[in-house]
Amino acid sequence: MIKALTARLRQGFRTLDFPAAGLELPPRGLGLPRLRSAGLEKAAAACPYGAVAAGPDPGLDLGRCVFCGACARAAPEAVEFTRDYRLCASARDALVVTDKDHGRAGTLGADLRKLFGRSFRLRQVSAGGCAGCEADCNVLQTIGWDIGRFGVQFAASPRHADGLLVTGPVTRNMELALRKTYAALPSPKVVIACGACAISGGPYAGHGECPGIPADIAVDLYIPGCPPHPLTILDGLLRLLGRLD
Amino acid sequence: MNVEHFSSFDFAASGLDPGLFFDTAASRLAAGGRALAYFALPEDGAHRLVLAAGFDRSGRVEVYSTLVGGPFRSLTSSFPQLHLFEREIFETAGLKPEGHPWLKPVRFNTPGAVPGAAAHFTVHGSQVHEVAVGPVHAGVIEPGHFRFQCHGEKVFHLEMMLGYQHRGAEKRFIGGPDARSIHYAETLAGDTTIGHAWAYCGAVEALGGVNVPKRAQTLRGIMLELERLANHTGDLGALSGDAAYLPAASFCGRLRGDFLNMTALVCGSRFGRNMLKPGGVNFDLDAALAGDLKRLLGAAYRDVENAVALLFGTSSVRDRFEGTGLLSKEAAEGLGIVGPAARASGVGIDTRRNYPYGPYENFTLGVSGSGDVYSRAYVRWLEIQKSAELISGWLDSLPPGPVEADCGPLKPSGAAVSLIEGWRGQICHFALTGPDGKLRACKVVDPSFHNWQALAMALRGGAVSDFPLCNKSFNLSYCGHDL
Repeated sequence: MIKALTARLRQGFRTLDFPAAGLELPPRGLGLPRLRSAGLEKAAAACPYGAVAAGPDPGLDLGRCVFCGACARAAPEAVEFTRDYRLCASARDALVVTDKDHGRAGTLGADLRKLFGRSFRLRQVSAGGCAGCEADCNVLQTIGWDIGRFGVQFAASPRHADGLLVTGPVTRNMELALRKTYAALPSPKVVIACGACAISGGPYAGHGECPGIPADIAVDLYIPGCPPHPLTILDGLLRLLGRLD
Repeated sequence: MNVEHFSSFDFAASGLDPGLFFDTAASRLAAGGRALAYFALPEDGAHRLVLAAGFDRSGRVEVYSTLVGGPFRSLTSSFPQLHLFEREIFETAGLKPEGHPWLKPVRFNTPGAVPGAAAHFTVHGSQVHEVAVGPVHAGVIEPGHFRFQCHGEKVFHLEMMLGYQHRGAEKRFIGGPDARSIHYAETLAGDTTIGHAWAYCGAVEALGGVNVPKRAQTLRGIMLELERLANHTGDLGALSGDAAYLPAASFCGRLRGDFLNMTALVCGSRFGRNMLKPGGVNFDLDAALAGDLKRLLGAAYRDVENAVALLFGTSSVRDRFEGTGLLSKEAAEGLGIVGPAARASGVGIDTRRNYPYGPYENFTLGVSGSGDVYSRAYVRWLEIQKSAELISGWLDSLPPGPVEADCGPLKPSGAAVSLIEGWRGQICHFALTGPDGKLRACKVVDPSFHNWQALAMALRGGAVSDFPLCNKSFNLSYCGHDL
C-alpha cells in the first residue's frame, strides 16, 4: 500500500488543462490548413484522394484528407498546415476549408443540450479501418486526458448510450452490426463520424469492400484526421455539447 | 531456393513441379522451417502457390513455388502452422487443400459470405453451454466474434470468427507502387504503422536496388522502438487493469501517450504516419531535437520503471498472472507463433536477432519461459528495457549523411521478402513484380495471423473470466489479420 502511495506521489498530477491558451499540435503536426488559390492546381494534382480542388471553387476537404502533407510538399505556396487542432464540423460540407475560412462544429439543439450537455455517454463502433482512431479515443479515457471530467464517457452497451461514435470505413462485414447497434440506442441519439475513414473512406476511399456509414444514419459531428489527434476529438465533442465557445 | 531477405531475387527460379514442391515443403518444414508466407498468386488462368520458409537458427530464407490448377495437397495435419494459410488460399483462390481438417472462412470476403456465419467447432453435452461475444465489444476495440465452449466457468475451447475489418487493403498494392501504396502499408495495422511501413519500404527498396542511407535506417530504428515502447507500456497497463490493479494501469496508460508524443515530435503523427518512404525517411533530427527526445525518453522510462516495479511487486497481480493462459513451447512452435508471445513460451525468435536488418547488430533478446500471462507481461518489460537502451544509444551516435536515397524503377519479374520485428512480432511482406516492373502482389503477413490460434490454445482449460487477461496478454490485431 505504501509503495502504491509513494508511486502515486512520484507519478504526479498529469491531466492536461483543457481548454487552455496556447494548446496546439506538435511542431511537425498537421492541423487546420491555410489555402491560397495561387498554385493550388499543383496541390490538387498531388493529392491521391481528390481532397484538394483548384479552380473557381478552391477548397481542401478535411473529410477526405489523410493528412499526409503531399499537397503542402508539392505546392507550399498554396497549402500550409497550421498547428490548429480545431477541425471538427457539424455538417459535411463545412469540412471544406476554402481560401476564406472554415466553419467549426456547432452545438446540439437546445433540447439535446439540456439532455446531454452535462452527461454524455457514447457507444463506440469500430467498423473497419486500422484501429488508429480507436487508440486515440481510448487515450481520452486515460489520466492524461480524463474525458470523464467533462461528463463524457464510453459506455459498454448501446442501451446505456446517448450517442454512437463510428470509426472505420464501415466494411460490408460490419454494416449489419453497425445498424443493429444504432437501432439499439435509445432515442434521441447523436451520431459522430470519427476519422477520415468514417467520413469518406479515408485511405480506403473507393473500395467496394467499404460502403461507408449508411445514408439513412444522419451524422451530427464530423471529426477529421487520420487518425484525429485526441485534442481534435475532445474539441469536437465539447463543441457539440456546447461546452466551448 | 535460398534467398536473402531484403534482396531481390529472380522469382522464376523458385518454380518446382507440384509433386516436388509439396515434398520439398514438407521436408523443409520438418527440418525446422517456419512458414513466413504461403499464398496463391494468379498466373495464366491458374494459380502459383508460393511458400517462403524461414530457418530461425541460421537466419536463412527459402522460397519455393509451383503452378496448380485445382485441389492441392494439404500439409496442415503434419504442420499445424499452415492451417490458416491453407484456409486463406482456399478462400481467396478457390483451390481446395485436400485433407485440411477444417476449411472455415478466414475473412468472409467471398460473394454471399455472411460474417461470422460458418460451421464452427462445438462441444456437446447436457451441461455444456456456449458464450458468444462480439463483433461489437464492450470496450473501444476492434470487432471480432468469439464463441466460448464452456462447462460452467471452464472453457473447453474458444472459436474465433474474424474478417469484420476486411477492407481490401492488401490487393490494392497490385499495380503499384503509387501515391496511395505507402498509406495502405501504414494502415495495415494502425498501431504498427512503422513496422508495416518499414516492411513495405524494405521490399520495394530491395526490388528497386536502393541502398538506404545509414542515418535513415537508424531513424527508422528509433521510430520502430518508440512504437514498441508505446505499445508494450500500454499493454502492461491494460493487463494491470484486467487484474483490477488500477494504479499501474493508469500510470502506464499515461506513459504510453508520452511515447506516442515523442513519435509525434519526430514526424508530426503520434502513430508514425508520414515518417517512412521507399528510399529513406521524410524527417530528420537535429541535435536539439535529439537532445529533447533523449531527455523525454529518460523521464518516461524512469516513470515506466516505477510503474512496472509496482505492478510486478504486487502479490495480487502476480497471483492473477501466474499460471493463467498457459501456452506450451510445443504448441507455440507447432503453430509457428512469433513475437513476445513466442518468446514468453521459450521460443527464441526475434527478427532483430535471427534475421538482422538496418541498424540492428548483435541484438540480444529477452526470453522468459513459462508461457503464462506473467511471462508474456514480463517479456514486454524486458523488451521495454532493451528498446530504451537502443534508442538512447542511437540518439547519441546518429550516423551522419542523408536521410533518403532515390528509389528508382523496380526490377521486372523480381521478388523480395522483407522481415521486420514489429512490436507484436515478425512482419513479413513478400513483394513480386510483373514484367512491367509494377507490383504483381505484395503479400502481407501480420504477426497476428500466426498468433490468433495461440490465444485459443492458451484459453483451453481456463475460465471465461480469464479471457480478458489472456486476450490482453497477446493483444493481437484484428485489422492486421483481416487486411
